Amino acid sequence: MNPAAVEPLRRSLRALLLMLTLLGSGNVVAAATDLPPDSVYQLDAPLSDQEGHAFQLADKRGRVQLVAMFYTSCAYVCPLIIDSAKGIEHALGDAEREKLGLLLVSLDPARDDTAALKYIADKRKLDPEHWTLARTDEANVRKIAALLGVRYRALVDGEFNHTSALVLLDGEGRKLASSARLGAQPDPEFLAAVRAALLAR
Amino acid sequence: MSVQLATVSLVGVPFIAAVRLSAHRTTGSSSRWPRSGLRDSTAAGAGLSRESCRGVNPLPHESQRLTAPSVAALLLSLLLLGAPAFAAEPEWAALPGAESFTSVLRFEDSDGKVRVAPFELMTTPVSNAQFLAFVTTHAEWRRGTAPVIFAEARYLENWSGPLSLGAQAMPQQPVTQVSWFAAQAYCEAQGARLPTWAEWEYAAAADATRNDARSDPEWRERILAWYSKPSNEALALVGQGEADIHGVHDLHGLVWEWVEDYAAMLVSSDNRQQLDPDLLQFCGAGALSTDDRENYAVLMRIAMLSALEADDTTGNVGFRCARDSAGARP
Repeated sequence: MNPAAVEPLRRSLRALLLMLTLLGSGNVVAAATDLPPDSVYQLDAPLSDQEGHAFQLADKRGRVQLVAMFYTSCAYVCPLIIDSAKGIEHALGDAEREKLGLLLVSLDPARDDTAALKYIADKRKLDPEHWTLARTDEANVRKIAALLGVRYRALVDGEFNHTSALVLLDGEGRKLASSARLGAQPDPEFLAAVRAALLAR
Repeated sequence: MSVQLATVSLVGVPFIAAVRLSAHRTTGSSSRWPRSGLRDSTAAGAGLSRESCRGVNPLPHESQRLTAPSVAALLLSLLLLGAPAFAAEPEWAALPGAESFTSVLRFEDSDGKVRVAPFELMTTPVSNAQFLAFVTTHAEWRRGTAPVIFAEARYLENWSGPLSLGAQAMPQQPVTQVSWFAAQAYCEAQGARLPTWAEWEYAAAADATRNDARSDPEWRERILAWYSKPSNEALALVGQGEADIHGVHDLHGLVWEWVEDYAAMLVSSDNRQQLDPDLLQFCGAGALSTDDRENYAVLMRIAMLSALEADDTTGNVGFRCARDSAGARP
């Protein structure tokens, strides 16, 4: 073939290859392929905590987690979600409590900035050794909610209508149980599941 | 036709129940999770003023990570390769949107009026060929590779292999057996997103000559005729349906389509709770009722979508992508 004809083709292929490489580097699926396929930690979502530190869901690997979604400006249910998680924490023995992580992810990235998360963490005296209040972008909020089974809708007045659940993840990010009961008195079955998960570690 | 309409009307509720059952996964291990009936109401007393949070941008979108060189490479390769190499490239139609679109879903907080900003929508549902091109370059979304948390066991099961379509999946048929996560990933790879329900509903209200043909009984009958067809026939090829006024095809009559906020479309107690008290729990100002009980075609879509989980795949749910006007999202 005539080299002059081949050159544009070669350039095209190179450009295509470059493009494919770049497109292929999307972060939808976590790079850590040794995670179980049914792990929530497969989602590679850029989160940041109440101190503004960036992290990934998979960074929670290795510790049993209690996960819920909330938003800081919500008046009724969200404080109850924190109460519920605290209720579980308090029902545990010291050794058990030490091994549990609690992760609250905001549904409201537009308003829940680091300062808002920090304010609630301080106000509710949430020990940063165990509690993470996190935010991410809107698209990843939808994905995390979908993974956890939380359904929500933004209302016209800026509030959110949402279903509430505490979700228990094992050290590998697999869903073990969930509880819709809100308030300081934990659901006994759910508490038993938390205990069993902590024992298994 | 009036007889048929009456039949649909009578069977409406059982139909929704049937959709709910058939949409429920038959494979996979986890069961439907319980959800509470509580709702958050006014924000006033939360102790944190909204003002204190203003002016801080949310984290950047994934697509914002596209660097200038990558965009340049993309444009360059498009220019160099030209159209033939991108036969599977999606086509887009520009839709003007509406300041106040009356949704068939009447959420009490908005009284059913939604603003639909101008946007672009793929003119056809994504085809098997297009989705094959996507999984070819995105190995993590191939059947057998995609983690089950994002796509249940039936994901792309009608294809003959992870990178081959076979006899059950013609290249120009709409892709089905795709989960919400997979659909979302495809759209993100196009610099796009799934349409919101409001965008989809707005687009689907059009016919060949009108932006909103919904009050026309003939329009309704035509659409309902599709729902009365048996679903075991092979799906038609994409783009065969008549183009609407915006140049969009197949919003009715081919497949159900994922939307970005499918999980927000909970139907309130008056027509769903009796079927599954566990499923629908919103109440108060966020409650949903339907403004238009005659619009069965759209109501059936809502029943279907709200019964799905994000990792579910079925043989009649496909998708198309949307993007904000003037090209991809920044």
